[in-house]
Amino acid sequence: MLVGGEWTEERGKAVPDLREPEGRMLVPSLKVQDLIEEIRGAKTQAQEREVIQKECAHIRASFRDGDPLHRHRQLAKLLYVHMLGYPAHFGQMECLKLIASPRFTDKRVGYLGAMLLLDERQDAHLLITNSIKNDLSQGTQAVQGLALCTLSTMGSAEMCRDLATEVEKLLLQPSPYVRKKAVLTAVHMIRKVPELSTVFLPPCAQLLHERHHGILLGTITLIMELCERSPAALKHFRKVVPQLVQILRTLLTTGYSTEHSISGVSDPFLQVQILRLLRILGRNHEESSETMNDLLAQVATNTDTSRNAGNAVLFETVLTILDIRSAAGLRVLAVNILGRFLLNSDKNIRYVALTSLLRLVQSDHSAVQRHRPTVVECLQEPDTSLSRRALELSLALVNSSNVRAMTQELQGFLQSCPTDLRADCASGILLAAERYAPTKRWHIDTILRVLTTAGAHVRDDAVANLTQLIGGAQELHAYSVRRLYCALAEDISQQPLVQVAAWCIGEYGDLLLEGSCEEIEPLQVEEEEVLALLERVLQSHMSLPATRGYALTALMKLSTRLRGDNNRIRQVVSIYGSCLDVELQQRAVEYDTLFRKYDHMRAAILEKMPLVERGGPQVDEEAKESKEARLLEAAPVPTEPQASKLLDLLDLLDGPSEDAQHPRPLDPSPGGALVHLLDLPCAPPPAAPIPNLKVFEREGLQLSLSFVRPPETPALLLITVTATNTSGGDVTHFICQAAVPKSFQLQLQAPSGDTVPAQGGLPMTQLLRILNPNKAPLRLKLRLTYTHFGQSVQEIFEVNNLPVETWQ
Amino acid sequence: MSSVHIQVSLSVSMHCGSGSSNLLLLRDISSFSVRMNSPLGTLRSAWSRWLSLSHKMKCSFIEYKDFKLIYRQYAALFIVVGVNDTENEMAIYEFIHNFVEVLDEYFSRVSELDIMFNLDKVHIILDEMVLNGCIVETNRARILAPLLILDKMSES
Repeated sequence: MLVGGEWTEERGKAVPDLREPEGRMLVPSLKVQDLIEEIRGAKTQAQEREVIQKECAHIRASFRDGDPLHRHRQLAKLLYVHMLGYPAHFGQMECLKLIASPRFTDKRVGYLGAMLLLDERQDAHLLITNSIKNDLSQGTQAVQGLALCTLSTMGSAEMCRDLATEVEKLLLQPSPYVRKKAVLTAVHMIRKVPELSTVFLPPCAQLLHERHHGILLGTITLIMELCERSPAALKHFRKVVPQLVQILRTLLTTGYSTEHSISGVSDPFLQVQILRLLRILGRNHEESSETMNDLLAQVATNTDTSRNAGNAVLFETVLTILDIRSAAGLRVLAVNILGRFLLNSDKNIRYVALTSLLRLVQSDHSAVQRHRPTVVECLQEPDTSLSRRALELSLALVNSSNVRAMTQELQGFLQSCPTDLRADCASGILLAAERYAPTKRWHIDTILRVLTTAGAHVRDDAVANLTQLIGGAQELHAYSVRRLYCALAEDISQQPLVQVAAWCIGEYGDLLLEGSCEEIEPLQVEEEEVLALLERVLQSHMSLPATRGYALTALMKLSTRLRGDNNRIRQVVSIYGSCLDVELQQRAVEYDTLFRKYDHMRAAILEKMPLVERGGPQVDEEAKESKEARLLEAAPVPTEPQASKLLDLLDLLDGPSEDAQHPRPLDPSPGGALVHLLDLPCAPPPAAPIPNLKVFEREGLQLSLSFVRPPETPALLLITVTATNTSGGDVTHFICQAAVPKSFQLQLQAPSGDTVPAQGGLPMTQLLRILNPNKAPLRLKLRLTYTHFGQSVQEIFEVNNLPVETWQ
Repeated sequence: MSSVHIQVSLSVSMHCGSGSSNLLLLRDISSFSVRMNSPLGTLRSAWSRWLSLSHKMKCSFIEYKDFKLIYRQYAALFIVVGVNDTENEMAIYEFIHNFVEVLDEYFSRVSELDIMFNLDKVHIILDEMVLNGCIVETNRARILAPLLILDKMSES
């Protein structure tokens, strides 16, 4: 008898391949062990692939010929190959044949193959339904076990429906081996076909009386699944809470039993499952929670926590206590346990403690505050999972009393943390600073520090926020501009920082040169240095186009603030008049014109910006660059309401509290040049004019709204949406849709076009008619889809800060 | 609504002497279908990052996409279990140890080669312990009983 190993050696020596079609019957195929050895013996990936391909070819040939004796061996080899990642789909039909065979070894491999190779997406999977049915009704226990296992793994909805009755019968059989598997198969069936819950609900009560732990485990999982699917089932199963309590109590008080004890805890897995079910049943239900109180206290105090099994049970107990309506004393106990976990040196335990505390911080904030020092310590953990959890928890724990200390820690963390956590950390710090800043100066300092440390990772509106903050803090102008200047002089690579610094220097350049400021040591800055710095920013290859825009405008503003002559500035401006970047070029040309033809107006135009209110309708002095944004008289175009397309949008307006994440549409870009505020009069409205609203801006495309309330129809509001495009590329296929709350009636008239040409070409307008008979507060949501620069864009956002006059 | 079961995809990773790691998927039970090619690629890279930290510093739970990986190391062998968010991580950690103990009892001082060359038996054991992501049996004797009977039958 040729043994596999010997034979492979020979094969290598150019012996005629005995596996050729004629010779096939004579030679036994390679055993699985030998195949494995061969594969492991391959030194390179390519060699391995070769071996496997050869073997697969043989296997395929053998399948074609239908050799029944060795089929299971071939399939076993195929499964091994499949596990390594190679394609094995041609074995699917063989699985069917093997399952149908009467031999146990065949069935075994066949079912395993079915589990690994077949799933719902293959057409072949339905074919095994019949075999499974036969095996379930007539097979031995082992065979029934196999069938159940496969069914519960890959059974599709049709299969489950066909075989439900079989499984139900098996639930009531005497043998626990089959029953425990049948119960879990029932779980799978319910997941696939929820209607089967009615079939499997009645046996549960009886199954709970079993003593066999495997059956109990399965039953509890089944009950959990049923309760999750239907509230009626949940109510029904609340009745068994006392029984569950009893079972758990018995588990606890049983002494050591060889069968189930793991590290001194009797069957921790069953305990954990029971606790989970109790959690589901006791949630929001006083009565059940009360029944459980004693038991939970008992578990919490008596479980041995020296080994992991005990800790697992304790953890589950804590989660349950926190989720149900437990007594106050019990909750305190739970939080204390979590605190103890947190102090434990085992990393796993710390991890679960951090996770649960995060869940707890919403409801029991003060209890978690006590552990703040430990949480902050966990920030230093080298393991990312732990430090990520610690970061989330620390951010949640910041409040007005500890904000300074916490920010300090978090900034320290920001410097050393791994890159994937940086963005979260930076935005977390900025958010916390915004909410709890004790003083404006501290706030500015914090943002500055974050920008210097992690500037590349902050969100886009950080720049806008900071400039507004600085603008609003009049007394801190000198301080801010100095700090920003120093920071900029050190490093011009962090774009958000550069943008803010450029803006500040432009606005408050005179304060910078004055030289004295109490809060910082005196800084002597020469005009030439300032100009040189801004020029450096302009020329640096690291600067984004937006940053360059800021720098150019800042230079321009300095022409009025500085005392020296403006030759240098004029030079720079005229150089950039031929810059390749169109936006920059346009500005430079305009500034140049300002120097040459409108010099008398220059000082007035470049005055300091007034404080811009966040989100309010804006009035901007710098209206000079508003050529692009012109409000057209509303162009009434005949009708066609587009209500049908908006149904999906209407759904979005149901809740009052969504949209936490969409960008503030009204923040001005303080460089001055990108925002073109529509302070120009529209067609004189009969009533007092309602200020216009700029609602959207992206890459040069701007959207603004203007409102008209005709006096003869007080419930009517006419909104004109105007889209303008200052960028270099056309905006095409522009569609604007709107949605309002249900009490309003909205009519969208046809737009003037669907293309907004580039470079400030003709704006596109669209009229919205809104009827508001109840005078309810107006809420408006807009959805834009368009193509810009070759990319299709979709934006959905709610319009904030609609003026009150629009609906009152 | 979160489901309460474990989505178990058990994989056994071996470190050969040359240092390359083979990640083999023993069972792909989960409906997340942690299929072989793409997720395992990223899994492997996440894996090598992990190995660089020394064992004392590491937490055994890794967050990977939208589920968690819980692993346990036994000399050169890593056993990784993927679970969804609702599972008790420490119980799974204990379960891994239970599994290894069962293997130990069956193979008497199990080593990776035992597992590699007896994959069908390991599959059988795994099927006895976990069914579609739910733990079905944790008692060693009961798990091994059918397999021992099978062995006896095939010998005779």
